[in-house]
Amino acid sequence: MRLSRRAFLKWIAVLGGTASLPAGLNRLIRRKGVPALVADASSPGRLIHLDHLPDGPDGVALASAAPLPAQPALETSQRRWVMVIDLSRCDGCRACTEACTAMHFVPPGQEWIKVYKMQDNPAAAPYWFPRPCMQCDNPPCVKVCPVSATWKREDGIVIQDTSRCIGCRFCIAACPYSARYFNWVEPPHTPEELSRPYSTDWNYPHVKGVTEKCIFCPGLVKEGKLPACVQACPMGAIYFGDQVEDAVTNSQGETVRFSELVSNNAGYRFMEELGTEPRVYYLPPRKRIYPAPPAESEPAATGGNHP
Amino acid sequence: MRSPQLREQFSDREVQLLSSLTESGPGFYGLVGFLLAVIAWGIIAYSIQLRYGLGVTGLRDYVMWGVYITNFVFFIGVSHVGALMSAILRITGAEWRRPITRMAEAITFASLLMGALMPVVDMGRPDRILNVLLHGRLPSPILWDILSITTYLTGSTLFLYVPMIPDIALLRDRFAQGPAWRRRLYTVLALGWKGTEEQRHRLETIMAVMAVLIIPIAVSVHTVVSWIFGMTLRAGWNSTIFGPYFVSGALFSGAAAVVTAMAAFRWAYHLEDYITESHFRRMGYLVIALGLIYAYFTFAEYLTPAYKMATHERGYLTAVFSGPYARLFWFTQIVGVLLPVLLLTLPRISWVRRLGDLPLFQPRPILAALATATGISFFLLISRSPVAAVENVDTIRTVALWVVFALGGWSFLGLLPIFHTWPITAAVVASLLVNIGAWMKRFVIIVPTLENPFLPIQNVPVIWAIYKPTWVEWSITAAALAGFVLIYLLFSKLFPIVSIWETREAVMEPHTVIRKEVSDAPGA
Repeated sequence: MRLSRRAFLKWIAVLGGTASLPAGLNRLIRRKGVPALVADASSPGRLIHLDHLPDGPDGVALASAAPLPAQPALETSQRRWVMVIDLSRCDGCRACTEACTAMHFVPPGQEWIKVYKMQDNPAAAPYWFPRPCMQCDNPPCVKVCPVSATWKREDGIVIQDTSRCIGCRFCIAACPYSARYFNWVEPPHTPEELSRPYSTDWNYPHVKGVTEKCIFCPGLVKEGKLPACVQACPMGAIYFGDQVEDAVTNSQGETVRFSELVSNNAGYRFMEELGTEPRVYYLPPRKRIYPAPPAESEPAATGGNHP
Repeated sequence: MRSPQLREQFSDREVQLLSSLTESGPGFYGLVGFLLAVIAWGIIAYSIQLRYGLGVTGLRDYVMWGVYITNFVFFIGVSHVGALMSAILRITGAEWRRPITRMAEAITFASLLMGALMPVVDMGRPDRILNVLLHGRLPSPILWDILSITTYLTGSTLFLYVPMIPDIALLRDRFAQGPAWRRRLYTVLALGWKGTEEQRHRLETIMAVMAVLIIPIAVSVHTVVSWIFGMTLRAGWNSTIFGPYFVSGALFSGAAAVVTAMAAFRWAYHLEDYITESHFRRMGYLVIALGLIYAYFTFAEYLTPAYKMATHERGYLTAVFSGPYARLFWFTQIVGVLLPVLLLTLPRISWVRRLGDLPLFQPRPILAALATATGISFFLLISRSPVAAVENVDTIRTVALWVVFALGGWSFLGLLPIFHTWPITAAVVASLLVNIGAWMKRFVIIVPTLENPFLPIQNVPVIWAIYKPTWVEWSITAAALAGFVLIYLLFSKLFPIVSIWETREAVMEPHTVIRKEVSDAPGA
């Protein structure tokens, strides 16, 4: 008797599995891109894995562990920060790097937003290419961190907790954008840097033996300000905003629709083929309003596989 | 040397096998003193690194892993030989393994300890090491490494210890020399072994089960070590065959390490009766087979990207084939794989002996060739600037270089008959070359890839873009190597390095033992 009941239960399970198969398949098809890794708001540092991206307003996909907003006022956890860099406006002045370094007291030798001189092929003119952290939606660095010292926040930011980092540098090895830096020695301190207690929103005071990176200035953003590099750009080349609101703003006070800006100007994401799903978009360097950078390479430039 | 007291307690055979426990000449103390000095120097270097940070190494943001991680991969690789010797050879019933299994397991034990230490040395914040347990994230390959290495360490320590119990019991019962703590240690470790039929049966069962369990664990260890690299997007690491590639390289270097250890112990403790030429021959076959498998994987790993020369892979491939790492890479392939395989094959090729009869390969012409080659090399070294004014200096240098190569090849051919007559020497030279090459190959896997990231290296000092290890890294590496040898040496002073009871069984009743082995093996 007992055996037959077990067999009966097994059949039920098989039938149930078959019935749910089309639904699962459906969901699989509806899924866009790669599943997002997001942090659980209740316990920071813990990642939860969404098996699909819920559809937000206006058909914009957003990954959020929280339910979709009922009111128009958005909490931080319901935002999806995004950056657009207009390469046709960047003249390589490195004001963004300097402002970032000053704001975060970035240790010497590190450039959290670094301006590269790029040339896509011998026939094309070289151009300047500012590279912040790409805040990937499929972040290679977050995957490999052994202690949850870096994780994906619900608002899209890949944050770094230097008070937990053990300094194994696996995240630096995993990052394809060379956007992560290490404090090889004790960083020089100033009273201003030491004045604030450590928080991941500002990421200082800095300590020896840990990894650092661009974090989209969550402290400034929380105060309703633009990140330091965006504010500092004299050309207004860097836009920052919320993908859910579909609005991005630059230092010139121009606020434009993110979706229109990217779709009308052939916006792209750097090394899309790697599948990291960056949250930084680039507009191609055409119709530039400044002279191209010098063609000869800099003396310190070596290596690098990207043309 | 051998005390008369020892002769009363033990048979001649046992006296010989226990000689490593009793004979401690000035050579031994000198070696231990030297090793301790190297380790002390390494500790000084590490304390400097702790004080000032990893900035005292040659590592920077681009090449953020270097010699320490190379050591890690190397030591973990060498540790694979334990599983090979005691599990695979046990299951396949290779009886000749008996005198050398303990040596192999001890290598596994010592190299795992040193290998596991290396990532800790490499850590920026070793004070936060407990975070790995408190906040450990299983999706990180580092956690896989920790799990699999600790499992393998536990397993191979058992594999080393359990078959040693009968020998420890023998020492407990009859070994009266040395301080009292030693006999107490033997008493505890012998676990009340009396050699009853039931105890023997249990021991055999444990070993048979362990032999099956340890193989997948050992394979997993180097697979997940390779995945530290394979799970990143980096060109040169982003490879699907890294797991088996690393496992094959690990077995190759591990088997070679056993050959070195066999020769060292045979020479130091006069174990010629137990570690015979046939052991070197058989181990040589193993090294040849593993070397060929490894060479095949290397070929597959490099040819597929090199054929396509995709944008991102070009950088490290050129660096390795013809750029700054070319000399190191080709050294690992020619001197680290091809030459050892050749040296191990040599004693089996009969015509090599006749090579020595040719007048061209007599000692005198060979020495003349060597002297000429040295002279030309010296000329090449100094000729860089002073002779630069001479026209066609590059052509002259190129021709001279080829002459040196030709003379070197000639001298090498002259050495072949010597290696043919001394097969053990050939095996030792081959095994040392394999391990030197293995270390360098791990370096060549790690560093060129890091020096060629996706984005160009711009706006930084040149020394940040090129990795040059500092004295701190070399000192710690030397200390790790010394620590490995020291653990190994002290082990051989505490326990017989050749199993007494297992070799006795093989000598006394080879046929019954073989049958027993087979019936104990799984699936039989």
